[in-house]
Order: sequence, then structure tokens, then C-alpha cells
Amino acid sequence: MSRGRGRRSGRSRLPVKQGPQILRIFINNEWHESKSGKKFATYNPSTLEKICEVEEGDKLDVDKAVEAAHAAFQRGSPWRRLDALGRGWLLHQLADLVERDRAILATLETMDTGKPFLHAFFIDLEGCIKTLRYFAGWADKIQGRTIPTDDNVVCFTRHEPIGVCGAITPWNFPLLMLVWKLAPALCCGNTIVVKPAEQTPLTALYLGSLIKEVGFPPGVVNIVPGFGPTVGAAISSHPHISKIAFTGSTEVGKLVKEAASRSNLKRVTLELGGKNPCIVCADADLDLAVECAHQGVFFNQGQCCTAASRVFVEEQIYPEFVRRSVEYAKKRPIGDPFDIRTEQGPQIDQKQFDKILDLIESGKKEGAKLECGGSAMEDRGLFIKPTVFSEVTDTMRIAKEEIFGPVQPILKFKNIEEVIKRANSLEYGLTAAVFTKNLDKALKLASALESGTVWINCYNAIYAQAPFGGFKMSGNGREL
Amino acid sequence: ERAYLFRIIIFINNEWHNSVSGKKFPVFNPATEEKICEVEEGDKEDIDKAVKAARQAFQIGSPWRTMNASERGRLIYKLADLIERDRLLLATMESINGGKLFSNSYTLDLGGCVATLRYCAGGLTRYMAAQYPLVNGNFFGYTRHEPIGVCGQIIPWNFPLFMFIWKIGPALCCGNTVVVKPAEQTPLTALHVASLIQEAGFPPGVVNIVPGYGPTAGAAISSHMDIDKVAFTGSTEVGKMIKEAAGKSNLKRVTLELGGKSPFIVFADSDLDSAVEVAHQALFYHQGQCCIAASRLFVEESIYDEFVRRSVERAKKYVLGNPLTPGVSQGPQIDKKQYEKILDLIESGKKEGAKLECGGGPWGNKGFFIQPTVFSNVTDEMRIAKEEIFGPVQQIMKFKSLDDVIKRANNTHYGLAAGIFTKDIDKAITVSSALQAGTVWVNCYSVVSPQCPFGGFKMSGNGRELGEYGLQEYTEVKMVTMKISQKNS
Repeated sequence: MSRGRGRRSGRSRLPVKQGPQILRIFINNEWHESKSGKKFATYNPSTLEKICEVEEGDKLDVDKAVEAAHAAFQRGSPWRRLDALGRGWLLHQLADLVERDRAILATLETMDTGKPFLHAFFIDLEGCIKTLRYFAGWADKIQGRTIPTDDNVVCFTRHEPIGVCGAITPWNFPLLMLVWKLAPALCCGNTIVVKPAEQTPLTALYLGSLIKEVGFPPGVVNIVPGFGPTVGAAISSHPHISKIAFTGSTEVGKLVKEAASRSNLKRVTLELGGKNPCIVCADADLDLAVECAHQGVFFNQGQCCTAASRVFVEEQIYPEFVRRSVEYAKKRPIGDPFDIRTEQGPQIDQKQFDKILDLIESGKKEGAKLECGGSAMEDRGLFIKPTVFSEVTDTMRIAKEEIFGPVQPILKFKNIEEVIKRANSLEYGLTAAVFTKNLDKALKLASALESGTVWINCYNAIYAQAPFGGFKMSGNGREL
Repeated sequence: ERAYLFRIIIFINNEWHNSVSGKKFPVFNPATEEKICEVEEGDKEDIDKAVKAARQAFQIGSPWRTMNASERGRLIYKLADLIERDRLLLATMESINGGKLFSNSYTLDLGGCVATLRYCAGGLTRYMAAQYPLVNGNFFGYTRHEPIGVCGQIIPWNFPLFMFIWKIGPALCCGNTVVVKPAEQTPLTALHVASLIQEAGFPPGVVNIVPGYGPTAGAAISSHMDIDKVAFTGSTEVGKMIKEAAGKSNLKRVTLELGGKSPFIVFADSDLDSAVEVAHQALFYHQGQCCIAASRLFVEESIYDEFVRRSVERAKKYVLGNPLTPGVSQGPQIDKKQYEKILDLIESGKKEGAKLECGGGPWGNKGFFIQPTVFSNVTDEMRIAKEEIFGPVQQIMKFKSLDDVIKRANNTHYGLAAGIFTKDIDKAITVSSALQAGTVWVNCYSVVSPQCPFGGFKMSGNGRELGEYGLQEYTEVKMVTMKISQKNS
């Protein structure tokens, strides 16, 4: 029985020695310079300093990567002939290596994204390891069925891998979102070409070195850092890529789906934005609701597709809810992501920073009540104060547009039917949360809300075992 | 504190116990007939103790019940890693105690153990995902796939460690706790794995191992009022007693993997060399001591004589001896009882008129060795064509037509496995659909993989082990239905 022949590295290799080598394009388990010779810089949003330069891929590099992925997918190749259990075993060993290098990866992630180190270590990396292990276990359980059709025939289904898959990953959870793409794709036997976000390529490239160390056959995983309009577009319209998976903004998601259709009708899955309602009923456990709503919107500097950016609070408890939320927001420690007390770091870059401040201004102009925050931290680069708006109404920009920053709009509602209508009134539909002790209300709202995930008395409860994705324009398809 | 290379006492609650009665029993090396050591002998009182511990570990709110399914999977993965670490030790122990060729022990038995555990560890959260049946009326309903509870598991001596893992892997995967009785001939490898279970960090009481005999410890398990399920691998005769006892006591769930008299059908269009070799291994592997042994070899008339000639040539190639010695290709039978039964059946073959082509008697002056034996011109009413031999004795029978051979192959109370050799696609599909056997191999044999369900039709067993079907056997389904004010699709 052939199993993946990966190396279980019991020795502690100092990956630091890999240094500059991994700041390149990863194709066929080798590190390549870009065809154009160009490089681009990646920055630390906390200090605004350049961390390093990375080889910049473009269409020609994507072509090379696709060629490698295509070859690795041929019938009779080592990857195609590997037992499913062997594929699973490689993924499991990759999980072990990620666990071994957890502190390094968390440090790289913190430097590249500005997220607090403890979050990177305990949340991002935990999610990566668990997701890899979940899919490692799944590999040899992807079964077809035999089907009793009419006539004298034998009929059975095979669940085959799609082929070469393209993956475009975002900058808010760079490594975790990469694992969300990689693990299921590899579990099912596909080969893959990844473009990590240009703001945050480092952990993806480090993972490339671990993939090589584990012993995945060359060409199974390929990583091409670069920009959306060049590398991203090349992937979306490549004639030999059979599927594309994208996580990012709804705006770009539409472009990706268009390009996919126009080129070769490649399969498309999209994880896009959200304007997620968080509904707090009068009978909720108020402390729990306040805390969950707070973390729900402010976690990761507000840069989550699941951000609870429309908090609907039942009339009777509205003033108290606002009061407690403001208290929480004022206490939120902002600072150096490597300081263990920090809960909030900087926004990812100037573009996001400007957009968030613009939306904050619109809130003020359109008549919402600014309860706290409302501006950038003085002389602190890309840091924005945790901001709470009350008396928000549905027509304001802050109630309709995805902010992706530390801004909590709190709206009032009178009854369940009304809040259901208002919660469902946008084109988004990623997640929703409901806080109530009443069983019937909970089950009713769970059925009525047009969201891919509904959380009841909890928030951001995301697990490798549970499918995640959006209704309507928050996405197509499910991950995990 | 003496350091033990082998563990030889009872394992309950992650602790080591002497038997309540104070009794011990000897364990032997079948190649030399020498005693290896003595092991604490468990009886009813020890089983009671073990069940208490297993029940405690199964309580709602216990560490095992509240553990994340993914963490259960982690523990099972860890156990697989530890077994892999101690692979050499375990393979050696298995070889000495079980009379098994060391090369087979190391590659197939131990390899199979590790793969099976990894399959089970990975299966958890996918399998435990239950469903959401669409209840009529204003109700919200969902199923829970709960563990059954305390499972008693009785393990055979032919693949002691491998069968032990086949039992505990799926049981633990689904969240049960277990009380295991390894075969009295071969308790040692299970007891070593007990120390690995402790090392991996399973909570106390989740796995308990009580070595002892069938009529005492085994019977105590089958009729225990606080065991929720019994799983047994062994003879059909004992399987019936267990199911009876289960019914008489508390209706505990029963799965059985019993004997077989598996047909191996060779059509004239087969690749003859391949068919001869595979048929040979299918019978003679592990001295014929496999429940799936292909002990009725049906060969199409036109190729019969050549097939017999080649099979005899092949059977003569064995080197008998101590299974630890490189170059030895056949080890001893497990004990005197089996040895005598096999020799008796060989005599019956001679008496009832089968043609003895080679072998036909014991070998050597020490150890339970029997010469590889081939009978041709065997007919269906002979004892060797009807009774499970469990020894290195191959019966080669002739057939004319497809319909005829299917009838004859199915004409038995057994129904564990079957093999078909043919190049013709239609024959392959027709015959595999027609045979009453839990596993049918086409142009191969003995291909066993943890993803695939394994078990018998008719009196070869009840239920299936491994694969998703096997996990279902360790699950009790609960349907939860809640009233809601209005249902929407």
C-alpha cells in the first residue's frame, strides 16, 4: 500500500537559513526569479517600514506555474497514483510542520498584517493546523456511489479531482485563508496555483518551503506572488486552469467570475464581503450579547468578512446596550501588535485607512450619533480609534457599505418581523447572529435570515467541520 | 520496580491490576512449544471491574464524553504514531507469540494497524455529522450519532494486534469505551498497546484489557448486564453462543466476524500464472489460519490438470521453521488443538477419496508444524470441502459451467469472501453479483483496506467492520424533534 512518503522531521531544522531564497516564486518545489526581473516590497503596517522585497510574478510566471501544475496532474503521475490515504498523510505531516514552526509563522503574519501576535498564534495558526488535520482525515473518505439504474448495467459514480485550481487569497487572514483553499483542494487530489495578496505574501511563501519539506510531489502546489490586475487576472482567465477560488471584495469577485466565464467556463467559488446583522433581542443575556457584538465587529481591526457591522438592538434595551458597548470600545487596547496586551493593531494599508475614515465622516455627516472614537490615532500611522455610532438608520452609508474597519453602527428595532426584513434587505448575506434565550425566536430567526451562517448566542464560531459561505452577493459556494 | 519488556497484567482505568482470583495462565511460543511467560488471568470479577471503569468513563460530563471529536481523532493519531514507533518490538512479539512470519508481522500486520488507526482518526468529524430529516409538521428535527456505550470486544489469535486495532479503532472513533478480551493464546501485543494508550493520553477507563479464557472472561462479557454491545471475531460455533447470551441477558448489540469456507473460482480465460499464485497465497497465508482462506478452489475443467500441477509445484516450495528466522516461509499452527483438528481433517480427506498431491502430515519434532498439503479431485460432500480447516490444506475442485459453479460456491452456510479469476468483464460482474459473500475479489485476493467494509453473509457473521458501514455499527442514532411555531423550507 503506497502512502505519501513525506519526511517526519523530528530534528529541529532552523528554517531561518532559508531566508532570501523563499522570497521568490515557488514552482515545482523550486524557487524562481520572476520572468520580468521585477520585485515588489511588502510593508509592516505597524511601523510603516519595508520588511523586504519579493519576486513579482506576472502572466508569464503564471503560465509556468500552470504548466507545472498541469504536468503534476497527468494520469499516471505520482500525485494521481498516490493512495488517497497517502494524500491525507502528507496533509497531516504538513500540519505537524506548521505546528513545529508555529511561532515563526505567527511572527511573520504579525509583521506582515499588523494583527496582534497572540491572535496570530492562538487563532490564525490554530485554525490552520486544525483545518489541515480535518482535511487530512477526509482524503480517503471521498466516496462515490453505486446506483441501481434500469436495465442490465452497472452504474457507479467517481468523485474525481477537478484538475488545476487557481486560488487568490486575501490579506486579512493570509495563512488561514490559504489553508482554507489548499487543504480541500489537495485532499481531493487537485493541483494548485496560488496568488497570495500582494500586501501579505510572506507566510504563503514560508508554507511553500514546508510543502517541499513534507514531500508533496513537485508541481502539486505552486505560489506566484504579485498583483491582482496582473497575476490575479492571468489566473482568472487562464485556459488551463479548471477552477478558481477567490476570497476578497464583492467588486473584484464579480470581475473574477466574468473572466472565468469569458475564458473557459472554469468553476468558480467566491467568498466575498458582508454587512452582517447582529440581532440582539430584549431577552438576551445582555453581557454576552455586548461582548460578542463587540468582538464580532472589532476583531482583526474590523477586517473580517464576518464583521458584525449592523448591530440591531431591540428598543427596550437599546440605551443600556449602547452604553455598555461604548464602555467596551473605549477600553480596547490599541498598540504594537507584538505587545501581549494589544487587542487592536493598525489597518492593513493607506487605501483601507482612507476608506474607513471616509465612511466615518459620512456617518457624522448623515446624522448618526458618534459615541466614541471617530478618527485616527494621532501620529500613529495606520491606527484608527475604536468607533461606535448609535442612532444609525438603514439609509446611511455606514449601514449599507462594508467598512472593514473598527467601526460599530448600532441600530434600533421594534419587533421580529421588522428586523428580519431589514436584516435581509441588502445584497450581502454572509453571516448573521442572534442573541435571545427564547428557543422559538432562535429557530425562527435561524430559518428566516438570508445568511450562509447563523450564529445563535455566539459569534465567529468557525470550524473546519462546518460549511462556510455566502447567500446572494456575499459569495458562491461553500468552503470547509 | 521491575521493568517489563512485556506487559503481563490486567489493564483497567489506565492502571495495572492483578487478577481478583490471583490466578495466572501461561502463554506459549508455538514454534518451540516453550512457555514465554505467565499472564494474569481475568475472570468475571475482573470483567466487572473493567466494565465499571468503562461505564464511569462514559458518563455524560466525563472527559471522554466532553472531548471535541477532533481531539479524539488527535489521540487516535497519537496512538498510531506510538505503534509506529514501537513497530519492531510489536512485530517481534507478535511473531514469537503468534507463530507468524516476522516479515509479515512487520509489513502487513503492523502496517495495517497504523493505516487502520489513521483511517479511523480521520473519519471522526465527517462521520459523526448527522442529518437533518425533514419532519412533517411544524417541527425542527435532527439526528445525533451517539456512541453506543461500553463495548465488549473479544479478539482472535490469528491476527492478534491487527484484530485488536480493528475493534478499538472504530469504537473509540465513535466515542465508545471498551473492555477487551484478547485471545488466551496471544495476549501480549494488546497489553503492550495498553501502555501506549496510557502514553498517548486517553482518559482512564476508556480502554480496558482483561486477558483470560472464553468460558470465563468471554462469557462474562457476552452476558454482562452493563455492556451495551459485544463484538466478536472467532469461530461460528462460539459466535452463536455469544449471540445467544447477548439475547438472553440485556439484548446488547452484536457484531460477529466468524468462519468461512471461501470459494475461489478460476475460469479458463484467466492469466494462469497469476491465478495459481494468488490462489496459493489465498489459502496458505499465515499457515491457512485466516477467516478468508480460499479453501474451496473451483477450477474450470479445461485448465484443471495444469492448474493442479502448478499449484503442487508451488506448495512444495516452502521452508518451514522458526518464524523469526529469515528465509523461513511457513511457521507453526497456533496450538495443539488446532494442530490435531487439521491433521484429523487431512486424514478424512485421504479416507473419503480425495487425491493427496503433496504433504499430508506433520513436520519436525518440535512445534505445531504441518506440511503444506494439496488435495485434488475433491468433491463437494467431503469433509475437507465443507468444514473450515484453518490450516495449510488446499482443496482443488473441478467445475464445468458458470451456473453450476455459482450454485456450488453458494451451497454453504458460510459467506465471508470469494475470489474470481477471469479476463471477461461480463463473467466478472455476473459472478460477483451472484456470490453470497461479503467481499468478492476479482483477479486478486486478500485485499483488505480500512476504507472498505468487511464482513460475512449468512453464518460467516453479522454486521460489517471498517469503512463507513463499520463506523455505523458503533453508533446509536438519536432523533431530536423540537416544536417550532412555523416551518419554512
